[in-house]
Amino acid sequence: MSAKDSVVLSDMKPGSRGKVVRISAKGPLRRRILDMGLVSGVEINVKGVAPLGDPMEILVRGYSLSLRKQEAAEIHVEVM
Amino acid sequence: MGLTYQSVGIPATREMFNVKVTDNRSVIALAGNPNTGKSTLFNALTGLRQHTGNWPGKTVLQSKGSFIYKGREYTVVDLPGTYSLLANSVEEQVARDFICFAKPDTTVVVVDATCLERNLNLVLQVMEITEKVIVCVNLIDEARRKKLNVDIQKLSELLGIPAVATAACTGEGLPQLLDLISQVVCGDLKPKPKLVHYSSELENAISKLEPKIKEVLGAELNSRWVALRLLEGDKTLIESLEKFYSQEMIKATREVLA
Repeated sequence: MSAKDSVVLSDMKPGSRGKVVRISAKGPLRRRILDMGLVSGVEINVKGVAPLGDPMEILVRGYSLSLRKQEAAEIHVEVM
Repeated sequence: MGLTYQSVGIPATREMFNVKVTDNRSVIALAGNPNTGKSTLFNALTGLRQHTGNWPGKTVLQSKGSFIYKGREYTVVDLPGTYSLLANSVEEQVARDFICFAKPDTTVVVVDATCLERNLNLVLQVMEITEKVIVCVNLIDEARRKKLNVDIQKLSELLGIPAVATAACTGEGLPQLLDLISQVVCGDLKPKPKLVHYSSELENAISKLEPKIKEVLGAELNSRWVALRLLEGDKTLIESLEKFYSQEMIKATREVLA
């Protein structure tokens, strides 16, 4: 898991896939992200991004999750 | 000294939730992720027509109803839907406080059969707080439609708690659920939740904290769970302890924390 192939989720394009490697958020936001099933190792699919790039919709553990850009920026993903 | 609720085995804090405390009345809590059919199940159990809907935050405060099964009266409390009990929001705090401090005789965690993995997070969290848990795999009819097969027996074995498949809107599985509830309430069936083991670092910290928490809280709350919350720095739990327990207890807890 070298740092060079990891990107932040907010930079990913619709249709791309990846694996979560790290959550950089702290405090309640981190807790919330983890509670929604976004823990390291989980596979995600970017389903779509709203016209202005915020929010975005991802597919995780078989369900759709919408994230603000600001939240997605805290999720580091290894692109697959 | 007269009879206290502790001496008859009913938690004194239960009264603070407006739940009528009598000897022959058991309290059942319905917990679960949003939109898993808790309110539908609530209506099916109680025959009430509590408003059901699928927008977020529909049930912010719990609603109550009751039913009689095999001569025993049950009060059912419909908790707000949450993904977690770690108190990031009002709903989570309401749900957590009820399970912790009202100490329901059984907590039924309603999960969505079509999205089991996501729902199990909450099941594990409830299992850490209380042993009296039943997992109710609801929306089983939807799952069937999606060609999903849930192995209830296996799920129950893996978690160490009773499990049942239901479709609350058609009434499927309700007799089995009622039977499980009454067995757990009477103590004929003792769930043995298989708890999560954390890293040795964390487990060490827990075992250091636990005896101190036991000293303060006694058997009031699950000390392992309180230790985990304190290690995480959960301030909302301290606030709730303040609300529900005496000042000495809080002072002692703060000392443990410091």
